[in-house]
Amino acid sequence: MIPAAFDYVVPASVDDAVRELHDAGEDAKVLAGGQSLLPVLRMRLAAPSKIIDIGRIPELKGIRDEGDHLVIGAATPHHEVQKNQLVRDHALLIALATETVADPQVRHLGTFGGALAHADPAGDLLAPALALDAVFVVAGMDGRHEIPASEFFVDYFTTALRPGELLLEVKVPKYTGWRAHYEKFNRVAQAWSICGVAAACRVDGGTIAEARVGLTNMSSVPVRARAVEQALVGQQATAEVIKAAASHAVDGTLPTSDGNADAEYREHLAKVLTERAVTAACS
Amino acid sequence: MRITTTVDGTSYTDEVEPRMLLVQYLRERLGKVGTVVGCDTSNCGACTVHLDGQSVKSCSVLAVQADGREITTIEGLADDGELHPLQQAFHDNHALQCGFCTPGMIMQALDLLKENPDPDEDEVRSGLEGNLCRCTGYQNIVKAVRAAAEQMPSAARQADVPQEPVTASMPSEVSQS
Ligand SMILES: Cc1cc2nc3c(=O)[nH]c(=O)nc-3n(C[C@H](O)[C@H](O)[C@H](O)COP(=O)(O)OP(=O)(O)OC[C@H]3O[C@@H](n4cnc5c(N)ncnc54)[C@H](O)[C@@H]3O)c2cc1C
Ligand code: FES
Ligand code: FES
Repeated sequence: MIPAAFDYVVPASVDDAVRELHDAGEDAKVLAGGQSLLPVLRMRLAAPSKIIDIGRIPELKGIRDEGDHLVIGAATPHHEVQKNQLVRDHALLIALATETVADPQVRHLGTFGGALAHADPAGDLLAPALALDAVFVVAGMDGRHEIPASEFFVDYFTTALRPGELLLEVKVPKYTGWRAHYEKFNRVAQAWSICGVAAACRVDGGTIAEARVGLTNMSSVPVRARAVEQALVGQQATAEVIKAAASHAVDGTLPTSDGNADAEYREHLAKVLTERAVTAACS
Repeated sequence: MRITTTVDGTSYTDEVEPRMLLVQYLRERLGKVGTVVGCDTSNCGACTVHLDGQSVKSCSVLAVQADGREITTIEGLADDGELHPLQQAFHDNHALQCGFCTPGMIMQALDLLKENPDPDEDEVRSGLEGNLCRCTGYQNIVKAVRAAAEQMPSAARQADVPQEPVTASMPSEVSQS
């Protein structure tokens, strides 16, 4: 199907984009890679009057090293994030999760910030951003401010971005030397996660010194599996310890039932996948 | 909105509605019907083309997003009537039945071989995970891509590296907005 008609603008800078967004009001939509928005427009699930294409703003693209953290531009395509050496060295979990997103064609256009702003509970980048305590830098007419990941995801497809605000970049603290794994469960190629587990661990001489675990699609927002983390830290990275810790994976979750899985099955998956993800991230 | 693109080595300028999809532009304006539409959900990959040298699903890109960019379609692969090694390998290995998925499969396979000139079977399968085939069961598609990899000189993998565009005097020049 063809989208409903809209006006289209291509701002050249963040300031222009923010002004366009403000002037156009609530009926405008930001277009980054379009890999979530275009399917929605084509099915006419949305019909914005104006599309603001942020795909040509150089300031929103690329990855840089800022000392104790990396900065990933919101409009950096998945393909670039997944291959980037800084990301692989300091935030491996994000690279590994990005590799599981969709398929190569979608990863060429779809962007890091687009996936986070879209906030699909089945999206694979939300749990890693939460687990790694990423910080979201947003801009509106009244300037720029930062939102921690723990406050960014509000509900299904809903973030703390207010109308007229643009996600500029995401700061990710460095986890240099940490191992990581993203365990995704889906039924067919290029499908969304039925459940997913993002794990990053720092193992020191066989002992788990630090652990961070996030869950995909176990609630309307990504969930930090703190009880799992607490059960791991300070312990030897043995199969028994990891299995016992993984049994806490459903604490604080509120999974839904849908055509892919009912809530009970998701809870089962969360434990099994947590065990696998942490095992891989500790070895 | 007025856009200028280079498609299969030829430059085109056209007035398009912002909501026009790239695949619509290619098929309905430029007559490049080699690129097909197989689904309405961005899943099947039949519409795959290269945008500035990277594979994309042309049903999920607006024509206006391609303004100023270089596009290669399946129609741009053959060289003077001689099939591209990937096209030849699909033919030789019976990698198609109805053929509907083939343009997208070949364009995505080309993208894969640019990044990984010698993929093993698993790498071919994951490289083609965004392309669905309802006929072949994929077996011969994987075989064809591996066969092409062996035969392809590195130059053929770069088939869509920007060349000097030829400016067209195409019907698109006179088409309405
Ligand atoms: C076939 C297919 C399979 C997929 N499978 C997966 C998968 O397995 N896992 C997964 O995680 N994702 C998957 N995706 C989605 C993919 O990750 C998208 O790239 C992503 O969700 C959206 O990124 P985008 O840049 O294309 O955003 P767009 O589609 O351009 O925008 C998405 C939404 O975010 C808003 N937005 C975008 N950028 C900004 C910004 N900087 N500031 C404020 N708002 C913004 C837009 O207004 C829009 O509402 C899939 C998509 C397809 C088509
Ligand atoms: S027609 Fe483009 S993905 Fe199916
Ligand atoms: S050959 Fe028929 S869909 Fe692939």
